[in-house]
Amino acid sequence: MAIVEARNVKKYFGEVKAVDGVDLATREGEFLVLLGPSGCGKTTLLRMIAGLEKPTAGEIVIGGQVVNDLPPRARRIAMVFQSYALYPHMTVFRNIAFPLKAQGVPKAMRKDKVLWSASMFGITHLLQRKPRELSGGERQRVALARALVREPDVFLLDEPLSNLDAKLRNAARDELQQFQRRIGTTTIYVTHDQIEAMGLGDRIAVMNAGKVRQLGPPQEVYDEPADTFVAAFLGSPPMNLVEGDAVIVGFRPEQFLPAELHTAAPLVTFTFRLTRVENLGADRLLYGVLEAPFSGQRAIAKLPSTVTLSLQPGEKYPFAVPQQHLKFFDRTSGLRTAPRPL
Amino acid sequence: MRRGSVRALLGGGAHFGLLAAFVAFTAFPFYWMLVTMFKETSDLLNPNNNPFLFNQPPTLEHLRVLFGETLFGQWLLNTAFVGVLVVAITLLLAVPAGYSLARLTGRLGEQLGIAIFLTYLVPPTILFIPLSRVVATLGLQDSLWSLVLVYPSFTVPFCTWLLMGFFKAIPRDLEEAAMIDGYSRFGAFAKVVIPISVAGVLTVVIFSFTLVMQEFVYALTFITAARRFTVSVGVPTFLVRGDVYFWGSLMGACFIASVPIAVLYNFFLDRFISGFTVGAVK
Amino acid sequence: MAVVKDTAVAAPAVRAGRLSRLLDDETRLGRLMLAPAILYIALLVGLPFFLALYFSLTDITVGSRTLHFVGLKKFHEVIHTPTFKLALKNTFIFAFVSQLLVLILAKILALALVKDFRGKWFVRLLILLPWVAPISLGSIGWLWILDSIYSVVNWVLVHWRFVREPLRLLGILDPRMPPMWLGQPELAMASIITVHVWRLLPLATVILLAGLTSIPKDIHDAAAVDGAGFWRHLFEITIPLVAPIMIVAVLFGFIFAFTDMIVIYVLTRGGPYNSTQVLASLAFFTGIDGGDLAEGAAISLFLFPLLVAAAFIFLRIARRAEVT
Ligand SMILES: Nc1ncnc2c1ncn2[C@@H]1O[C@H](COP(=O)(O)OP(=O)(O)OP(=O)(O)O)[C@@H](O)[C@H]1O
Ligand SMILES: [Mg+2]
Repeated sequence: MAIVEARNVKKYFGEVKAVDGVDLATREGEFLVLLGPSGCGKTTLLRMIAGLEKPTAGEIVIGGQVVNDLPPRARRIAMVFQSYALYPHMTVFRNIAFPLKAQGVPKAMRKDKVLWSASMFGITHLLQRKPRELSGGERQRVALARALVREPDVFLLDEPLSNLDAKLRNAARDELQQFQRRIGTTTIYVTHDQIEAMGLGDRIAVMNAGKVRQLGPPQEVYDEPADTFVAAFLGSPPMNLVEGDAVIVGFRPEQFLPAELHTAAPLVTFTFRLTRVENLGADRLLYGVLEAPFSGQRAIAKLPSTVTLSLQPGEKYPFAVPQQHLKFFDRTSGLRTAPRPL
Repeated sequence: MRRGSVRALLGGGAHFGLLAAFVAFTAFPFYWMLVTMFKETSDLLNPNNNPFLFNQPPTLEHLRVLFGETLFGQWLLNTAFVGVLVVAITLLLAVPAGYSLARLTGRLGEQLGIAIFLTYLVPPTILFIPLSRVVATLGLQDSLWSLVLVYPSFTVPFCTWLLMGFFKAIPRDLEEAAMIDGYSRFGAFAKVVIPISVAGVLTVVIFSFTLVMQEFVYALTFITAARRFTVSVGVPTFLVRGDVYFWGSLMGACFIASVPIAVLYNFFLDRFISGFTVGAVK
Repeated sequence: MAVVKDTAVAAPAVRAGRLSRLLDDETRLGRLMLAPAILYIALLVGLPFFLALYFSLTDITVGSRTLHFVGLKKFHEVIHTPTFKLALKNTFIFAFVSQLLVLILAKILALALVKDFRGKWFVRLLILLPWVAPISLGSIGWLWILDSIYSVVNWVLVHWRFVREPLRLLGILDPRMPPMWLGQPELAMASIITVHVWRLLPLATVILLAGLTSIPKDIHDAAAVDGAGFWRHLFEITIPLVAPIMIVAVLFGFIFAFTDMIVIYVLTRGGPYNSTQVLASLAFFTGIDGGDLAEGAAISLFLFPLLVAAAFIFLRIARRAEVT
């Protein structure tokens, strides 16, 4: 087990600033998720931690030791690639045994460890097959077993579930989380799927354009976004952001309800002209435009389908948000600011 | 329905006819070698005989002459000797170089790759005169070692280029996984890349070997003793005495030296083409 | 379940030695792995190449102990010999005619081979034979086929009525005087070109075939849906898409045509009356057979500007393909 730290890490590919000054530290045994849109530098950061990419500047620290000059094999890490990177010419058994062979583990012990690792993921019956004879889900488990077998201090996972279909992905997510809890190894997990991130992470680091925008537990990142990027990136649909005179005001669609449905006070009320209704089964999405003082700005409300209130496009309704759920952002920097009266 | 099938039949017939014509053009000389090598000389050299028929019973005499009275066997051995050594040298030089160009040297590597390929375009006709001087200086005239020394000059550039294409096609992830699993950069190459590329390497072996078998100019220039000829030079220089051609034996030698390699080649053709075009166009 | 508790697997021993650091260092490892090949090529291609340049500026011969720098004298002498002029002309005729034929035939053959059919493997083998067989031996096969007395071609021309009669009516063939394929200047050139086409056709075909099969099937389907007929399809879709690969094939063909002399060496030795002499063969006969190394080098270097031009085209294609 170990703590992984990135200290002001940068990586430039010529003009492209893939990672542009990241400070980040995991906790002991934590499941940390790197979340961000495509191209924001998640993979690059992970690869620098693994030692596959040299930082342009900054330090990578694993277990208290600066590892910038250590090759990947000396960092006591294991990594699962998006493609799984199973060796196509070896059986599953030899794939899993490969890291042990590299370490010079004696043969008899190798076999025990491979069996142990394979049984952790329930793939002992597949050991004699070649990777191309496996399904996507089975491959993913082999990749995990290969990562686990050498009992690394840190697991690095780069979108390991993105090649699975939706149903399998849910099951695999579950399994992955249980497994991580059980062995308690520090894990860094890269994804651009926010549902995955919310479900898996002890903490989430939200990245954009090479920088970490916010680091915190899922609920905190969701409820208290540090800036407009995080606010707009998380949630489906994302937080409504409307521009006031001095600030940007944000509120979640599920907090933005017809005034009469709210029980708690105090409330802030908006006049909402409904333009379109989208029925999603479990929810209803209401698209519309706000009236003064935010006239013309679009907003979305999300009503659970248990609310059967009849709402017609073209009509105006009083909608409200509990005061405590309004978030305020600076207009120029986009950063959170103190609440203020509207 | 009927019309359609008639048309399909016609189309099929035309397709068949076209291919037959091409095959006749490309394969006829080999068919002719095969027929000639079993015919009596007196049959061959009678202009009134129908050359498509055996006017006298078939004979193995030419093959007996070829193996018994010429050094054909020795030439085959010489060719194999040079071929094996050249293939070994080629692999030793081209495999690491191809990998280095594909993965380790970046932008510069791309340009060097093209430069290396271009050296393949410098023809023996420019090089054989100075090389004959080099060979003489090293005291290697009339020795098979001169060929072992010189032949890699055309196999290495070509094979480096081919291998670069093969290596580029291997997903990088695999090497990186090996590095994370505990191998060095070089270890990843040796333990993962090479085993995966076995087929590519075999392809290169076959192609270097055929290039060696084909070579003519250097062998003709550097070797003078009949005992040390390779097949491609020995057959035309030794079985042609002034104006006397030992046609039966000549054709036998040509056929025996050509066809087995062609069969082998055909097995590896697809891979060769893909390596060739990946390297050349992408 | 026997959980292996042991966590005492030694931390991967990273030997701190110089060797181990080298094995991890991409840049240095890359150079080290490339160096032997580069060194070899520099010594056995680069050095001789410059030697050839140098020789061509001297008066070196096979027997000479000393050599004198004579500048461009050899080039000057060479250019003005009638043999050289003839060889230069022949080189171009030989290269262009054979390439044109190869390209047309290879294109047709590749189109015929794209289709799947029974026995394709065998047909491909037969078509490949001329390329794979050592060309010096293949040429000997042709030498026998085109023999002045026993040529099977002539036998057919003379003995098969349905071949003979039409030719006779056209006044082309006199049965009492069958053609000497390698002994009459025009026929000799035609024979050389035929053998060269025979030899290069397979390579050009497989290269074009690779190009054809790499066109995504969607594009053909889309064109069919858009109502393109066979010719339209061929000229507006297929040919433009394989054009880059076709250029590669042509380039290789030209290089072979400009530099290869085996066919000529075996079939005609440049004769009759130098009518099939090309620069490559002339360089060989002058430099090695004739012993005038300097003049041979000078002749062979005339090819070089052509090759540089070819290389230039090649680089352009490579670069353009990289952009797309
Ligand atoms: N080897 C490279 N050379 C040049 N640019 C690169 C290289 N690798 C990554 N980049 C650039 O760096 C940026 C970050 O890439 P990275 O792969 O880290 O994104 P990511 O967050 O993992 O995206 P995704 O979710 O799509 O995987 C991108 O703009 C990418 O184009
Ligand atoms: Mg990524």
